[in-house]
Amino acid sequence: MSAAIMEVNAEARRILAVSISKLYASRTQRGGLRLHRSLLLSLVMKSARDIYHSSRESEGPPVGGEQPSTEEAMDACSGCPGEANPGHREPQPEPESVEPAPEDPEGCDGEITEDKENRSPARQSRKRRGKASAAPDFLPSKRARLEPGEERYAAAPLGSCCRAGAVDSLSALSLNRVIPAF
Amino acid sequence: SLAGPGGDMQWCFSQVKGAIDDDVAEADIISTVEFNHTGELLATGDKGGRVVIFQQEIENKNPPQFRSEYNVYSTFQSHEPEFDYLKSLEIEEKINKIRWLPQKNAAQFLLSTNDKTIKLWKISERDKRPEGYNLKEEDGRYKDPNTITSLRVPVLIPMDLMVEASPRRVFANAHTYHINSISVNSDNETYLSADDLRINLWHLEITDRSFNIVDIKPANMEELTEVITAAEFHPHQCNTFVYSSSKGTIRLCDMRASALCDKHSKLFEEPEDPSNRSFFSEIISSISDVKFSHNGRYMMTRDYLSVKIWDLNMENRPVETYQVHEYLRSKLCSLYENDCIFDKFECCWNGNDSVVMTGSYNNFFRMFDRGHRRDVTLEASRENSKPMQVLKPRKVCAGGKRKKDEISVDSLDFNKKILHTAWHPQDNIIAVATTNNLYIFQDKVI
Repeated sequence: MSAAIMEVNAEARRILAVSISKLYASRTQRGGLRLHRSLLLSLVMKSARDIYHSSRESEGPPVGGEQPSTEEAMDACSGCPGEANPGHREPQPEPESVEPAPEDPEGCDGEITEDKENRSPARQSRKRRGKASAAPDFLPSKRARLEPGEERYAAAPLGSCCRAGAVDSLSALSLNRVIPAF
Repeated sequence: SLAGPGGDMQWCFSQVKGAIDDDVAEADIISTVEFNHTGELLATGDKGGRVVIFQQEIENKNPPQFRSEYNVYSTFQSHEPEFDYLKSLEIEEKINKIRWLPQKNAAQFLLSTNDKTIKLWKISERDKRPEGYNLKEEDGRYKDPNTITSLRVPVLIPMDLMVEASPRRVFANAHTYHINSISVNSDNETYLSADDLRINLWHLEITDRSFNIVDIKPANMEELTEVITAAEFHPHQCNTFVYSSSKGTIRLCDMRASALCDKHSKLFEEPEDPSNRSFFSEIISSISDVKFSHNGRYMMTRDYLSVKIWDLNMENRPVETYQVHEYLRSKLCSLYENDCIFDKFECCWNGNDSVVMTGSYNNFFRMFDRGHRRDVTLEASRENSKPMQVLKPRKVCAGGKRKKDEISVDSLDFNKKILHTAWHPQDNIIAVATTNNLYIFQDKVI
């Protein structure tokens, strides 16, 4: 890998890591998630991710069929909730839209109750399923719970992810449950 | 220094309001500054939900010795923190915007808004009180009726001036997203409020309903690509308003065209310079403020690095672009990490639309003289706050050898930011808000 590409790669990874930690931090901000800020964060993450992937593409396929080294490098990123995923074997994900779309206060509970606002009658589900997924491992899944048969995360998620994961599942719980703030 | 009508403008320190100590209480952070239509009153809103109104008292009317002072006129708690139980969300009490209504009678009216609720406040003076009630003692207790043997009518006697603020209307529950703008229409009957995805039209007398006039929410939130960042009514045409977006576009809408103004009448957009492309291009092109000129022929937009003036008759590019702090372009990654890249700077016009002003970091603020093609950087600091002390222009050294009196980019204090500034509607008096202080500067010769 050329030095220039490595540098761009490293920069993209760093920006992704910073963005993810900002996204998680904004969940606990007073006044709730800010749509504008979340949108800008996701745009930066998309840019960084696109550049990261295109720089990986330009270096060619991995040697000897081994796991791409960037997966391990992602785990080492500070603040980055990268998890080890032995099952992942995808070298070139297709460029799909970034997962962390801003949370929608109006219909945020698509998992549990039907999201009438965003319902599209005859569309194919755009939610990704299974292991051959487009989203890289270092981006958190939008889902609060695991799909049956889908093991995207190792059994023991890393440090900061525990808390973030807890927040994720809390907010995805039914709106009927009143969550006391203090 | 900038040239104004009748010679060079020299900005002098006039006053500073707010606590001196460096330890800033979060509630004291100023979040909005606005002169009323005559410039006699100056309102500020803060993070703690309070509104403080200053009134101008003129000590010497005659130029060149014109002196005025702004003193506290009224202070009140406009908004309190609230909790939305349905969504488990706290609603901040921070005042996002204040807009004055034009004065119609003895009282003054202003609109103040937090993220979710707009309130109409009446500020009125009381300088007389009734005395000599027939049935009541002075302290309000009712007299024993048997002791009353004659009739007397209360008279109004002078008292110390009391300024009362009372909420006359509360416009609530119309915004799902966070309100970023309010703007009073030139018809003096309606106003608009804008959040990230929608703009509503209200009648000042009616609080239980509003008209949705713009809705950019996509059917599927995953397809969201832009949000509304600011909106304003045209100063004279009551059917026209503009709204800016996070993508750097401005849409001008005509309410006569249709009830829902999702289709714009004009779209103002400048093509991006491909050589400036970076990870952060989208963030820095997001417009943080849009303001019509007083004459209604132009509008100004502020994005992270620049101020642009648009002619309403030309949509494909601005007629003027001013770089506020171009030296930050190479620092965008650090500014992203420390969150400064998300700062929303405002901008304002002077009374005759010849000069525009906006804030920057290190408590610097910038003025651009459109006619003379000159600009100046000034600083709001306690060090330059002797009465009528003339402000010295500042200069940032972008690179290379730093000259004496220049400040290098790396020594700028990014915690000291000026986001809110206001210009008196007629005179060369400006109000500049640092984090928790309000500075008032005036031209040496008014």
